[in-house]
Amino acid sequence: MKEEFNIISNLIEENTRVLDVGCGNGDLMKFLQENKTKDIRGLEISKEKVQNCLSKGLTVIEGNAESDLKQFPKSSFDYVILSQTLQAFLNPELVINELLKVGKKVIVTIPNFGYWRVRLQLLFKGTMPVTENLPHEWYNTPNLHMCTIKDFYNFCSSKNIKIFKSIALKKSRISEINKSNLNYKNLDSHLGIFLIES
Amino acid sequence: MNKNIDTKKIIISNPLKLDCGKEINNFPIAYETYGELNSEKSNAILVFHALTGDQYVSGKNPITNKDGWWSYVVGENKPIDTNKFFVICANVIGGCMGSYGPSTINESTGKQIGTDFPIITINDMVNAQYELIKYLEIEKLFAVVGGSMGGMQVLQFVANFPDKAKLAIPIACTSSHSAQNIAFNELGRQAIMADSKWENGFYSDYKLNPDKGLAVARMAAHITYLSEKGLQEKFGRKLQDRDSLRYGFEADFQIESYLRYQGSVFVDRFDANSYLYITRAMDYFDLSKQYKGNLSDAFKETKTKFFVISFTSDWLYPTSENREIVIALNSIGADVGFVEIESDKGHDSFLLDVPSFLKTLGDYINSTYKVINERRI
Repeated sequence: MKEEFNIISNLIEENTRVLDVGCGNGDLMKFLQENKTKDIRGLEISKEKVQNCLSKGLTVIEGNAESDLKQFPKSSFDYVILSQTLQAFLNPELVINELLKVGKKVIVTIPNFGYWRVRLQLLFKGTMPVTENLPHEWYNTPNLHMCTIKDFYNFCSSKNIKIFKSIALKKSRISEINKSNLNYKNLDSHLGIFLIES
Repeated sequence: MNKNIDTKKIIISNPLKLDCGKEINNFPIAYETYGELNSEKSNAILVFHALTGDQYVSGKNPITNKDGWWSYVVGENKPIDTNKFFVICANVIGGCMGSYGPSTINESTGKQIGTDFPIITINDMVNAQYELIKYLEIEKLFAVVGGSMGGMQVLQFVANFPDKAKLAIPIACTSSHSAQNIAFNELGRQAIMADSKWENGFYSDYKLNPDKGLAVARMAAHITYLSEKGLQEKFGRKLQDRDSLRYGFEADFQIESYLRYQGSVFVDRFDANSYLYITRAMDYFDLSKQYKGNLSDAFKETKTKFFVISFTSDWLYPTSENREIVIALNSIGADVGFVEIESDKGHDSFLLDVPSFLKTLGDYINSTYKVINERRI
């Protein structure tokens, strides 16, 4: 978690305007507030988590990214962050489009379904993968649209979404993803972090 | 209703031009304060009351001898902690707890003003209360807070005075009264005006009181403050002090007895004409119309931080209407937080012991106060 926060924080310029979509209990918001910028908002669907955020004095709105991002004006944030939530939406493509409208730049992080530990479980155990990063069983997972680093990379190129930076994370090891190492990073990383722009 | 109580009040000498076109001056505003104003005058919170509220937010209400109407929220070690904050609450104009209203005595005639009182609006109420803030010499409030009609006043206050509050918390309210809201208010007004003792609003001249009509108005309104689930769970079809139906029109059911009781205690503390005037002010409230149909324009001058709160079972001012305020604020990039609190207690949730509401509100106010103070240092 800490590594992911650091990477996200490093992608953000100081004193910019940030929206954290699916901000959970506000840990990332708090981290960015202390390290990067005071001007940060959150959107979160769970009442309990929204209340936790508000209790900490964080500016958070209870709402659903699929329907409530529309109310923000175009390019009203310098950065919009979607941390490990894309796979939980009914319509991830729509959400990405909304994020790209609301934010000048968008940071998306995805738990990589192409990670070898995940692949091995399906290959050898023949069961849906359950890992540290993907702890749910098939019958109770909130994750509807799992994807791999390679899937997201290809999605961006096919939709003409510019990738400014793509970073792979394995445990605490950080590396850049590029076209030539894509297959390897897709196998060897548990998390992908993308800085994109429409 | 009780005019003999010694309420704290000031006389506003500045003329106030009302929305109806009339002008008033030398009129009283009754108010109450709790806690101490700090030396920087940075800890003041103005609380706006709802339709039947008054200035007695906390402690004992000297008129009813009951707890102040927002005792769960305001007081020592409460979410709005009076050890820390200086809380101000004024009786709205049109009200009957000492501020200028239809039961104020016209000194030239020695009689109550009655329905010669001018029609007032939420805007007028807020402008009158701003005079009190000036009198108290508070340059900038830390927060303006209120539920229901109090929330409407919060919205109007920020629209009128965009740089006079750092934080605004409208709770369970709306930016414009809906047809349903107007319908219920009209029902209440008609009940009062249908009472033969109303005498076109000059009942006090005849030493009368349209208490039956006012009680019916209160009973009908009270239903709208609760939720169906809440009513069903609390009362169901339970009978009042009897084992079987009486085959008559007595209060067989507990819910009937409860509503009759609510009506009867209300008439002891509230003036029927005030009820007419204040409900009218609520019905006339349409903030977006004041800004040519664009609610966002009401807030585009302000840097005030907003926190909007609604309740799941509130069907009088439902979440969708509270959300419209959030959407209007978001569309101009204002600083706004929002949560819908889970509660079975209907619109009245904001007045009652709803722990997740009280905790979220208190934590938010306290952490925001801390953040704003730290920034200043």
